[in-house]
Amino acid sequence: MKREPPQSIADYGPLFFPAGMLLIFFVVPFGTMIAVSFFQRQEGGFYTPAFVFSNYERFLTAFFGGVLGFSLMLAVTVAICCVVLALPFTYLLSRLTRRLQVIWLVALLSVLSLSEVIIGFAWSTLLSRTAGLSNLLVKIGLLEQPVALFPSFGAVPTGMVYQALPYTILVLYPAIVRLDPTLMEAARTLGSSPIRAFFNVLVPALRNTIMATLIMVFIFALGSYLLPQILGRPQHWTLSVLITDQAIYQSNMPFAAAMAVFLVLVTLGLVALTLLIGRKGEKA
Amino acid sequence: MSGLVLNNVTKQFGAFTAVDNVHLSVPHGTFVCLLGPSGCGKTTLLRMIAGLEDPTNGTILLDGADITDVPTHKRNLGMVFQSLALFPHLSVGENIAYSLRIRGASREEQKKRVDELLTLIHLSGYGDRPVSKLSGGQRQRVAIARALALSPKIFLLDEPLSALDAKLREAMQVELRQLQQKLGITTIVVTHDQREAMTMADTVVVMNGGHIRQAASPIEIYRKPADTFVADFIGSTNLIETQVDSSGAATIFGHRVQGIVLPAGAQKATISVRPEDVHLTAPGNGAIDGTVTFVRDLGGTIETFVEAGGQQIIAVSTPRERPEVTAGQAVGIALSPDVCVVLKQ
Repeated sequence: MKREPPQSIADYGPLFFPAGMLLIFFVVPFGTMIAVSFFQRQEGGFYTPAFVFSNYERFLTAFFGGVLGFSLMLAVTVAICCVVLALPFTYLLSRLTRRLQVIWLVALLSVLSLSEVIIGFAWSTLLSRTAGLSNLLVKIGLLEQPVALFPSFGAVPTGMVYQALPYTILVLYPAIVRLDPTLMEAARTLGSSPIRAFFNVLVPALRNTIMATLIMVFIFALGSYLLPQILGRPQHWTLSVLITDQAIYQSNMPFAAAMAVFLVLVTLGLVALTLLIGRKGEKA
Repeated sequence: MSGLVLNNVTKQFGAFTAVDNVHLSVPHGTFVCLLGPSGCGKTTLLRMIAGLEDPTNGTILLDGADITDVPTHKRNLGMVFQSLALFPHLSVGENIAYSLRIRGASREEQKKRVDELLTLIHLSGYGDRPVSKLSGGQRQRVAIARALALSPKIFLLDEPLSALDAKLREAMQVELRQLQQKLGITTIVVTHDQREAMTMADTVVVMNGGHIRQAASPIEIYRKPADTFVADFIGSTNLIETQVDSSGAATIFGHRVQGIVLPAGAQKATISVRPEDVHLTAPGNGAIDGTVTFVRDLGGTIETFVEAGGQQIIAVSTPRERPEVTAGQAVGIALSPDVCVVLKQ
């Protein structure tokens, strides 16, 4: 369908409301945050308007660099784990009968309704020494005695993948359902086993969707600040945890704002880079 | 025997029987069209031959070997789907080379075969184009070439030409038939278009309600339809009730017609007479009496609608043998016995 380009200001009418909402609830707060990140901090939890770079300077240390690197690495790990788990799951889901699909989707939505706090404490129980999964392993004879699986590095992404997986599946689901099922059948008639067809037909055909999903989960995981605290040790804390810490417990708003702005810039940069690589790959 | 044999093949989806106890043997190198209205089970039958559906019952043999439980990717067949199912992320050449790549053929081998096939489908030099830049007819050919890349034993096509416009479809029918004859490959096409089936097939298999109603050459299907369904589905026809009178002779509308032989013991039967076999004469002279109700003059052919015995009978003639009749005129209908096909009940 071809659409006429908007002619007069009135043609832009339908955009005014969403644009206004975006301005009030996103642009203004984000602008305020950028402004605060340049303010001068006063001892005792206050700050005065100024234009100083000290908040950003403080950030440029090996410690914060390390935390930033860890946060990015953790988010990438979670994004990849989620997509690797969700892709075959969603494909198999799309081949079930309509009834079973609805039941699964409702179950996934109910996981979404759990708060991060509940997920965190549930996993800390599951991974604990006294009541956790390791007791089951002892029962079936795989372990000598129960062990605590948290706090540890493994526990953090486990909880985060659990939290992000329903989102991943719900984002992949429409694209996979819309995919022509005869593509996979065609691959099979051409001598490809179902598993090979999955990798050399389904995955490449869904390339753009997979990229978009990776980016979405990555950003989602980057903002996680409760699970690293509940399931990890201090060295597993992400930048989001430090931002919360500075903003709420240290009452250092300018520094927290500076870190948040920096995190947003790094994230946008990475997303842009990914899209750029994706577009290049498409041309080739 | 060499070729494809289906024995007692049945497919049920829940309580619904899509294909009911089908027997069919397709000798090597023949072109078979599965023809029938939608929902008659023809596509399900094709998908079972491809291994995309498992038969509920029965066996499928290829060159004497039972392939019923052989998975699709090991059956050595080529299939063209109604949607064509070209891989959107691959170029024309890569699409055609897909099966060769899966088999681990070398790059040179792949390129050689792709060039060969592109020449065969008259698309030389299109190898590097993205599939999305092709026209409907070109895509169709690419799908055919991709299916033929490994020189499969059976070539299956599911409504392959339905997406093309009428003119292109006719041209592709001829092209597909010529290609099949050149390669001598066993080919099975599903279609609901009887013209398509008549153009291409050695054997037309007419299906309805999951059953095969008749399997024969196109001309035999047309001239000697087995039952009412086939007679009515293929071309247009006049279905006329015939009764046996007290002396044992067949009568139509109370008129004795010499030479029509009903099955032994039958008191009545339906006969099929093609419109072009209905001759109009002057009334009397032993002909069936009728009244012309309408004359449709199409230039190339003339259709005359005649009411006789409370039924409408259509006669088609060419302008050369133009019957000089107008609506309302009384005419005689002459039926020679050899054009009256007695149908199974």
